[in-house]
Amino acid sequence: MSIQEKQQEIIDEFAIYDDWMDKYEYIIELGKSVPTLAPELKTKERLIEGCQSNVWLATEIKDGKMHFSADSDAIITKGIIGLLIHVYNNESPETVVQSDLFFISQIGLAEHLSPTRANGLLSMVKRMKTEALHSLSK
Amino acid sequence: MEHTPFSVSAIREHFPALQQKVYGKPLIYFDNGATSQKPQVVLDTLAKYYAIENANIHRGVHYLSQQATSAYEAARRTIQQYIGAKGPEEIIFTKGATDSINLVAFSFGERLKPGDEILISAMEHHSNIVPWQLLCERKGCVLRVIPISKKGELDLEAFEQMLSERTKLLSIIHISNTLGTINPVKELIAKAHKVGAKVLLDGAQSIQHLAIDVKDLNCDFYTFSGHKVYGPTGIGVLYGKEELLETMPPYQGGGDMIAKVTFERSTYNSLPLKFEAGTPHIAGAIGLGSAISFLQSIDMQAAAAHELELTKYAQGILDTFEGLHIIGEAKNKTSVVSFTIDQMHPFDIGTLLDKQGIAVRTGHHCTQPLMDFYQIPGTVRASFAFYNTKEEIDTFVAALERSMQILGS
Repeated sequence: MSIQEKQQEIIDEFAIYDDWMDKYEYIIELGKSVPTLAPELKTKERLIEGCQSNVWLATEIKDGKMHFSADSDAIITKGIIGLLIHVYNNESPETVVQSDLFFISQIGLAEHLSPTRANGLLSMVKRMKTEALHSLSK
Repeated sequence: MEHTPFSVSAIREHFPALQQKVYGKPLIYFDNGATSQKPQVVLDTLAKYYAIENANIHRGVHYLSQQATSAYEAARRTIQQYIGAKGPEEIIFTKGATDSINLVAFSFGERLKPGDEILISAMEHHSNIVPWQLLCERKGCVLRVIPISKKGELDLEAFEQMLSERTKLLSIIHISNTLGTINPVKELIAKAHKVGAKVLLDGAQSIQHLAIDVKDLNCDFYTFSGHKVYGPTGIGVLYGKEELLETMPPYQGGGDMIAKVTFERSTYNSLPLKFEAGTPHIAGAIGLGSAISFLQSIDMQAAAAHELELTKYAQGILDTFEGLHIIGEAKNKTSVVSFTIDQMHPFDIGTLLDKQGIAVRTGHHCTQPLMDFYQIPGTVRASFAFYNTKEEIDTFVAALERSMQILGS
């Protein structure tokens, strides 16, 4: 499945919810299903501090593909992390660097990735792209 | 003063922001500690000022400038009378409470010497911590912190022990923005004065809830922001005793604050203009004046009783929730209910409440040292104003229950 198709799949899944609370209930369920990052991986280097919630991001490159795992102290943040990881994982660094995350605004969650939200998510996406970019220059 | 009897529904009609829906739900605004909504009369004043009264003030020979100057100075007198200051020269317009505190830190602080002590408390907002840290770095002064109890009350014994002839200033929050604690400021002021210290009261959270009489309190400085007291953003007030302000050097240089300028030296304008360099926020000041006039039409004692009742009502219900911890249980508190819930992040609670039309604040509320004291990352804070109702609290409680269900299941 291409990165575009993965995003479209999420948009379709969210289309069935017309109530905000249902949408968030789904994100929260997703957040609970995202594996917790092992404590030894929650290092200072991996921490992305937000004013409202914190995010930890671990990156691996296997067979030329990006593999992210991440965690947050807030469950809604973690649910959105789950979506981002699903979209980016198993993609090449080039794809991640060039990607446009159109699904976020389409499912009505753009506010969570706005610079004013300060929940660490925007910084996380930036760091995901930076890590992908670094792997290209190696 | 003539008041109409206190009526929440009548008051609500003055606030257009309260009439709207968010996400299809009637807005319940419980973020008054951050900023209050604005009554129509303030909006009208601002619009009218910019529409037909706009001119730069002081020194203008033309009609509009004189009109604007009178309106600006009338606002100053309204505020002076409202807080019981001796004269208009004791009322300095600033950008807000933060700016007022910085003014004192720079100007009053200029005369301090290495080893002089500044006393604050463990429940201060960052704006009443950082300006003093900067001052201590510049002047070699020492910042000392009055401890608090878990309930969120000042340790008065410790306070008394900390007072000495080295104490030059006690700068303390009147009502805590995070805990709602009303500090026993009259007692603190009297005790600080006994050792010769001056006292700054951070009134950012008290001007809108309590009747303030600076003469009766006998504080040396009182600071507040316009936007938390139903006025515009970007305007605030520093009250200072005239004889003290007279001895203080200017804070910023520029137009308006001078008497005469030559390249060799300049002489400064008299109070209060000595501290108002540059074109001030004229519209803001006039808007704040109109907000204060609006308050004068309300029975503020009844309003304060209503806010206290809301606080007790909300806290009483939340106290029965399993796993919920009220942060700030001072005997004397008002208008703020801060809490944490086991295993639930404040950000998640705040986000789910928002989607149900309820505005609360989550996080550290610019009081990180206080969060460290309670060893929590932040709280959910509901903060009330006189236009809030018990029915809104009931809706909030139901929405909170639903949020906890979703997060906990």
